[in-house]
Amino acid sequence: MTAGSDGLSPFKAMKLRRHPALEFWYDAKARAILLQSAFVVAFVALAIFAFIDVRANMEARGIATDLSFLGKVAGFDINQSLIPYSAASTYGRAFVVGLLNTLLVAAVSLALATVLGFIVGFARLSKNWIVGQTAMAYVEAIRNVPLLLQLLFWYNAVLKPLPSPKQSLPLPFGMFLNNRGLFAPAPVFEAGAVWLVAALCVSLLAAVAMRLTPKRIKFATPSRAFFSGVAAALLLVLPLAAFVGAGTPVAFVQPELKGFNFVGGVRLLPEFVALVLGLSLYTAAFIAEIVRAGVEAVPRGQREAAAAIGLDRADADRLVIAPQAMRLIVPLLTSQYLNLIKNSSLAVFIGYPDLVQVFAGTVLNQTGAAVQVIFITMAVYLAISLVASLAMNLYGRRFALVER
Amino acid sequence: MFKMNVVRTLFALGLMIGCAQGAQASLLDQVQKRGFLICGSNPGVPGFGLPDDKGGWTGFDVDFCRAVAAAIFNDPTKVKFIALSAKDRFTALQSGEVDLLSRNTTWTLSRETGQGFLFAGISYYDGQGFLVRKKLNLSSALELSGASICVQQGTTTELNLADFFRGNNMKYEPVNFANAEEAVRAYEGGRCDAYTTDASGLYVERQRLTDPEDSVVLPEIISKEPLGPAVRQGDDEWFNLVKWTLYALVNAEELGVNAKNVDEKAKSDRPEVRRLLGFEGNFGEGLGLGADWAYRIVKHVGNYGEIFDRNLGEGSPLKIKRGINALWTKGGLQYAPPIR
Ligand SMILES: N[C@@H](CCC(=O)N[C@@H](CS)C(=O)NCC(=O)O)C(=O)O
Repeated sequence: MTAGSDGLSPFKAMKLRRHPALEFWYDAKARAILLQSAFVVAFVALAIFAFIDVRANMEARGIATDLSFLGKVAGFDINQSLIPYSAASTYGRAFVVGLLNTLLVAAVSLALATVLGFIVGFARLSKNWIVGQTAMAYVEAIRNVPLLLQLLFWYNAVLKPLPSPKQSLPLPFGMFLNNRGLFAPAPVFEAGAVWLVAALCVSLLAAVAMRLTPKRIKFATPSRAFFSGVAAALLLVLPLAAFVGAGTPVAFVQPELKGFNFVGGVRLLPEFVALVLGLSLYTAAFIAEIVRAGVEAVPRGQREAAAAIGLDRADADRLVIAPQAMRLIVPLLTSQYLNLIKNSSLAVFIGYPDLVQVFAGTVLNQTGAAVQVIFITMAVYLAISLVASLAMNLYGRRFALVER
Repeated sequence: MFKMNVVRTLFALGLMIGCAQGAQASLLDQVQKRGFLICGSNPGVPGFGLPDDKGGWTGFDVDFCRAVAAAIFNDPTKVKFIALSAKDRFTALQSGEVDLLSRNTTWTLSRETGQGFLFAGISYYDGQGFLVRKKLNLSSALELSGASICVQQGTTTELNLADFFRGNNMKYEPVNFANAEEAVRAYEGGRCDAYTTDASGLYVERQRLTDPEDSVVLPEIISKEPLGPAVRQGDDEWFNLVKWTLYALVNAEELGVNAKNVDEKAKSDRPEVRRLLGFEGNFGEGLGLGADWAYRIVKHVGNYGEIFDRNLGEGSPLKIKRGINALWTKGGLQYAPPIR
């Protein structure tokens, strides 16, 4: 029988002639598994081939292909480091310095962007016309100017025109502001400070314990006031008492002008401040829109229903509107957080020593290990993003619909 | 910027896959077939490398690329320039994006053994210095302890800076920027007390300040910066071509051959001149070029001295003295092996 002779299309004819040994091919699932494994094998083989080949070619040109450069002496300095670092440290340590600087700037900007974003988001929902319009103007202005321009603005137009160290602006609490940054007194802990630390620990544990106490007990009418009293005592009075009792064991080192710059105290680099300002103001505008959309997406009927069962406005917001809005807000928030983390690499343009500037910039250049450095950098950003989304997903679960 | 690096690295990876040694045509063949040279040069250091508004390039390092193009094509305009900041230059050369890197790049051991390059020689002997504001009243770099210093990352400059302060037991704050322009802007804005780079770069950047008279270059030179053109390892023919282009320029100056008199010199009886210009022997052949390779170079771009003069020296706004870059016969260090 030739295909098509009986009036069937060749395709159908073939189908009629399935060979029993090829039976699995007609099972969609088996076929998928087979094709996908074939693809994976081919891909891995190609990757291995490419890897071996690239390595041979790089080695032939005298370019290092391994990670041993991480153990070599870096020879350059970095002006902000959360761990001890000097020019005599290794490239590996420079990598950690850059990574921590990225995490620091991302964490601070994230927190500020969230707080500001929620405030502006609520302001946009406000019934007060001026408040609402101001919030809208902010959102529109910020969202429509490229972030890089905003960073350059903060850095070049706002921070650099500040006075030189000799003409620093004095601020409250012994702080100073000049074109080298913000200088503040640094706390130094004396021996008695253990008591303070201990008191803080106790307070913290108590806070956790109270948080875990079932609502049933906490909000029973007679214990409500009692609980607040205990909470206040534990969280405020205890550490304060310890502080005074141990003879105020914390001293402050004042920043002092010596030669070219201030020494002593803690210092925020202008590059750090510009980056935090730029990133958090920018992201806050997007977060504000997300918050507004999330709240507006909760059907009106929900508020009416809450009122119908006798909840006052605050309780309705807290118990009915917020959980439903958050269910929408959290996933969108996650993507803003991820954007912020990635945007932090714009640091290179204003000289803040983040991972990209230190590692993918200086280290790459001084070692020539371009391939290794770029892959490590990409892997790190991927890992940070994955951890951030995982954390947000876990947090988002609290607002998931629970079927009962 | 990070994205650019990612692209360059992936590009490098792509090139390195499958380009088994020998299997590929020599770089000279590729350049000839392409019809023009691709040269990595400076994004904006007047005198050394600078694109103008019309995309035309001028400068000392730029003219070196033109000399190579003249030797190959008998036409100094057959060059495509790519602007490379200090930070991007090595990835660009490694990846094959450029045939040749000619942009004040210091010859160091690790750049040859670790990064896979070869330096074709020293076209400019330089050293690192400091630019400071006059009103600080400093007379020596040793008074810079505690200062904030703007510097370009990915350079020998930031390493020398660290060495200098460590060696002299002084403290400082480095403020690192990806481009010279940003570093200078930060210095000018008061973020830093000093700006540091190769002395040649300091002259240039000082001229570009809003008020050059407000800043001075400190007397100390804290390092050796032998600047020269670099190529990838693995193609000896190309390496020789670039190297001998530089030597031809220097030899031409030594022999008194320049763009104006090169045709007249063709009648010269001096054997060295006759060999240089291709009337005796065929030295271009060994480089994969014609006998008149050096004649073309001098005819189109002049000799080393002329290039120096018009871009950096008396014929330029920079007025940099020849100093150690004078010929060895005039008390300097410029010395080229003989063409024979
Ligand atoms: N010679 C040093 C530094 C070379 C360098 O990059 N110099 C600066 C200042 S002269 C420059 O050319 N900058 C131009 C730019 O990258 O924007 C090295 O090779 O590492």
